[in-house]
Amino acid sequence: MTTVDLTQSSVRELNQALHDLPKDATGEWTVNGTKGEHAVACGIDAPLDVTINGHAGYYAAGMNQQANVVINGNVGVGVAENMMSGRVHVKGNASQAAGATAHGGLLVIDGDAAARCGISMKGANIVVKGSIGHMSCFMGQAGCLVVCGDAGDALGDSMYEVHIYVKGTVKSLGADVVEKEMRAEHIEELGNLLSEAGVDDDPANFKRYGSARNLYNFHIDDAKL
Amino acid sequence: MCGIVGLYLKNPSLHDEIGKLFAPMMVAMTNRGPDSAGFAVYGDEVSEGIKLTLQHEEADYLWHELQAELESTYGGAVQMDVYSEAGAAVLKINASEEGIRSYLETNHPEVSVMSVGVSIEILKGMGLPEDVITRFGLSGMKGSHIIGHTRMATESAVTTEGSHPFTTGMDLCLAHNGSLSNHNRLRVELQREGIHFNTENDSEVAAGYLTWRLQEGDTLKQALESSLDVLDGFFTFVVGTQNGFAVIRDPIACKPAVMAETDDYVAFASEYHALADLPGIENAKLWEPEPATVYSWGGDAE
Repeated sequence: MTTVDLTQSSVRELNQALHDLPKDATGEWTVNGTKGEHAVACGIDAPLDVTINGHAGYYAAGMNQQANVVINGNVGVGVAENMMSGRVHVKGNASQAAGATAHGGLLVIDGDAAARCGISMKGANIVVKGSIGHMSCFMGQAGCLVVCGDAGDALGDSMYEVHIYVKGTVKSLGADVVEKEMRAEHIEELGNLLSEAGVDDDPANFKRYGSARNLYNFHIDDAKL
Repeated sequence: MCGIVGLYLKNPSLHDEIGKLFAPMMVAMTNRGPDSAGFAVYGDEVSEGIKLTLQHEEADYLWHELQAELESTYGGAVQMDVYSEAGAAVLKINASEEGIRSYLETNHPEVSVMSVGVSIEILKGMGLPEDVITRFGLSGMKGSHIIGHTRMATESAVTTEGSHPFTTGMDLCLAHNGSLSNHNRLRVELQREGIHFNTENDSEVAAGYLTWRLQEGDTLKQALESSLDVLDGFFTFVVGTQNGFAVIRDPIACKPAVMAETDDYVAFASEYHALADLPGIENAKLWEPEPATVYSWGGDAE
């Protein structure tokens, strides 16, 4: 196991050491002394197990590929932004834009996530055990956003094809978002995500939301494709 | 960009250490604002009269000559505490706000009045936060609450006058991260109400709006709630009054904010790492302030 203390070495040194590993490298890394530093463990591309002890700043575990990153603390803006694969698990709360533009992998947040959670997500799955803030999943394109608590204003505004599942209340739906029927495939999909995220709950307690596909971008009558 | 930090001490036994606790918070915000820095510290309250923070372009300005002149003019003891490396001084005088302001304007137009009140001192200057706070000896300061700002200028020039925090009334200060888009019209409207402005800066207009509402009888909380309807733009504000401390974010909440509270203090920062060295932070209640919601502490803030 490799242990890095960020009060002794820089984030740049940590990230460079992670980047220097081959794509098939395995092993355990522990990062201590984060003190809210930004960009901790960004850009990993190897199936490592990384544990971050303490609160992290912006973009923690951003652009992750393959790695399993656990953060024992809160995170700032943009945790796991643009994640491609792997898994990022935040044991505390997350600030704004958690999982922004993420293409793949699973982001689990044990606490709450602030505004714009899953903004423009492109295929990742996000499970938030608490609540999420306003404008979450704005222009979300693909993947699933699961919320065990409540959602703030304008959920899913101008979204495309993300599957949004919310157990609690939704303060308001964004433009062109509607509640949709929970069919068998959705119960199955949500059940799998809940169990993957370690949530013991019945998918039948959730509601599904998605795009009504009525915005102009779904009806481009003059496009010559 | 800009960084804001604030610390409100609930436990009076920490008052002697406020500067020591706060200095690292300012330095941690250097990346968000390397152009200039400033802070408003509340403490060392005068029992009679008022105190003013004064600034002069020249670091070796002869403040004691001004002190002697004011003593003979006002016929009483006048105290002048000089920040010799920073071209600043704190003047304690038994005079009315209007009286001393107009005397200085007429006789010493080269001296800028940075703050007026019974408790507040606003100290600011150009350069890296670490250099600015060293010039003022922040680490040794005492007080009950303190608000700081590190600036990356967008709306107006990098000058001492354009640095935050801003004030437009007795013991009020405001630090702002963001930008306002309707400040020009609002400034004119507030000028009609008798509010004076020293700069073209958008943030000063927000401070002026609060001063006006407080003069009209609003509590700080009411004034901040009404500012949500009046101010157009992006903002996270941290506001101080003689006994109060408040935080508000615009309804979109574009600008970052994180808060921590323990039995001893309430702390605010643009980014968590400015809070990371506070005592007891590992067990503090940590949260991100909700958009369009006023958070306030202390006597006149409720």
